Amino acid sequence: MNRQHAAWMFLAPAAIVLGVFFLVPVIGAFVLSLTDYDLYALADLHNLRFVAFGNYWALLHRPLFWAALWHTVYFVVVAVPLSMIVSLCAALLLHSPLARCKPFFRTALFAPVVTTVVAVAVVWRYLFNTKYGLVNYVLAGVGIHPIDWLGDPHWAMPAIILFAVWKNFGYNMIILLAGLQAIPADYYEAARIDGASAWQQFRHITLPMLAPILLMVGILTVSGYFQLFAEPYVITEGGPLESTVSVLYLMYNEGFKWWNLGSASAIAFLLFVIMFVVTACMLRFGRQESEA
Amino acid sequence: MNPRIAKALINGLLIGGTIVALFPLLWMLSVSLMHPSEASALPPPLLPAHATLYNYQELFVRAGMGRYLFNSLLVSVVITVLSLALNIMAGYAFAKLRFAGRDTVFKAVIGMLAIPAQVAMLPLFLMLKPIGLVNNYGGVIVPAMASAFGIFLVRQYARGIPDELLEAARIDGASEWRIFSRIVLPLLKPIMVTLAIYTFLTAWNDFMWPLIVLTGQEHYTLPLGLASLAREHAQDAELMMAGSVVTVVPVLALFLALQRYYLEGLLLGSVKG
Repeated sequence: MNRQHAAWMFLAPAAIVLGVFFLVPVIGAFVLSLTDYDLYALADLHNLRFVAFGNYWALLHRPLFWAALWHTVYFVVVAVPLSMIVSLCAALLLHSPLARCKPFFRTALFAPVVTTVVAVAVVWRYLFNTKYGLVNYVLAGVGIHPIDWLGDPHWAMPAIILFAVWKNFGYNMIILLAGLQAIPADYYEAARIDGASAWQQFRHITLPMLAPILLMVGILTVSGYFQLFAEPYVITEGGPLESTVSVLYLMYNEGFKWWNLGSASAIAFLLFVIMFVVTACMLRFGRQESEA
Repeated sequence: MNPRIAKALINGLLIGGTIVALFPLLWMLSVSLMHPSEASALPPPLLPAHATLYNYQELFVRAGMGRYLFNSLLVSVVITVLSLALNIMAGYAFAKLRFAGRDTVFKAVIGMLAIPAQVAMLPLFLMLKPIGLVNNYGGVIVPAMASAFGIFLVRQYARGIPDELLEAARIDGASEWRIFSRIVLPLLKPIMVTLAIYTFLTAWNDFMWPLIVLTGQEHYTLPLGLASLAREHAQDAELMMAGSVVTVVPVLALFLALQRYYLEGLLLGSVKG
């Protein structure tokens, strides 16, 4: 058998699946976003009209789209740094030579990552319950008045952020821990001889050596967090007062509740463009930093 | 700082972090064993007064959880087996076989990693509808049969296979398929285990796509069943927690049993390579 031929035989099944069920739909999403595909078109394709950028134009004039974008950006801007800080702290603690029972702690801290979002969201929804929830019970113990976590538009997103940080920090923790273990011990040895404090060692050795991994983890977390959906779907159902409607939540409602598939595709595409620009900027910024 | 104080501080913080990480899971288990409305008391009880399996009985007898569990198992196992086969073959081809256009095609695969899956979901739904793949297992399984990430992972690992080994077999007249099945597959065993766990967990935990493509309860997977249960029986905390336990325990057990392979894959997919 010809070698070229053999290679394509190995590649073809996966390539066909990815091509037909991913690449074609992605291109289709753009085409779809230029049409007014809705319930009428779903019933009879003759009702389909080409509207060019009409969907995008309409979205930019819709307060709910801006609100959803704002909620998503709020979530990303607060939850990403918080998640990264918690991950880094956990990794530093686990990396410390003074830490005991490392495999146990590592597994325990990582456990939330493998759990099913929906299942643990159900659990947290109850922990955040105003009256019976343990979160308020613990807060009461330190003298803080009960917070209406899921009923108050100001607190619903912070509640989701706390949940997301709990659920996800272990993932980055493992990657950062591997990064910490890759830093040569000699550097710390030399710094200690020069009389550098623990903070100075962290500031001048750990952080710069970890910078490329921090950047990569940051980019992965940002793009993951832009895809906020299951958490508000289960915990708050987008409420209260639509305060937790994320971009994807809006896309889901627009597409599969109201069957405005053209408009929903435009939302999906706008999100994609925003994510692309943000991650490209982060990469660029990271490169400049490392060259400086 | 005094090393003994530092040691106490570090381990104290680790214990504190572990309590925060595990508490919701342990509490979920505890409440699942409580009698109905026992959890809605003040102060909130931590442990059941008299542990009961009543909620689990309710779940499987009345709420159809057995069906959801079966669906989740079926869908996740089929996705794992099929995508493992396809991703391994493709990853191996990218790593070890030479063919025209290899770099271009591989770049396209890498490029797909940057595209969020949700962009494809709306057209995919419209594509699957006329061919009868909406609201059945096929709709969930078919798009998951290959993944750019899986191919990437296998390629990274397979690059470590020495070319001499494959060349020697070729000189001996072995066919490409024989080389793959007899030499390459055994060498790829560790990454196969890793990818299998990874795929199974992802398929089991997936929510948004099954929510879109499965419109009738009879095909619901556990996350969908649980989400719809949570909307109908919001007050029934004990029942909800039992549902969460049934959903979470299989993946948690799988992870605990094979965590070395899982974490290795997580690092292979990010830092190394």
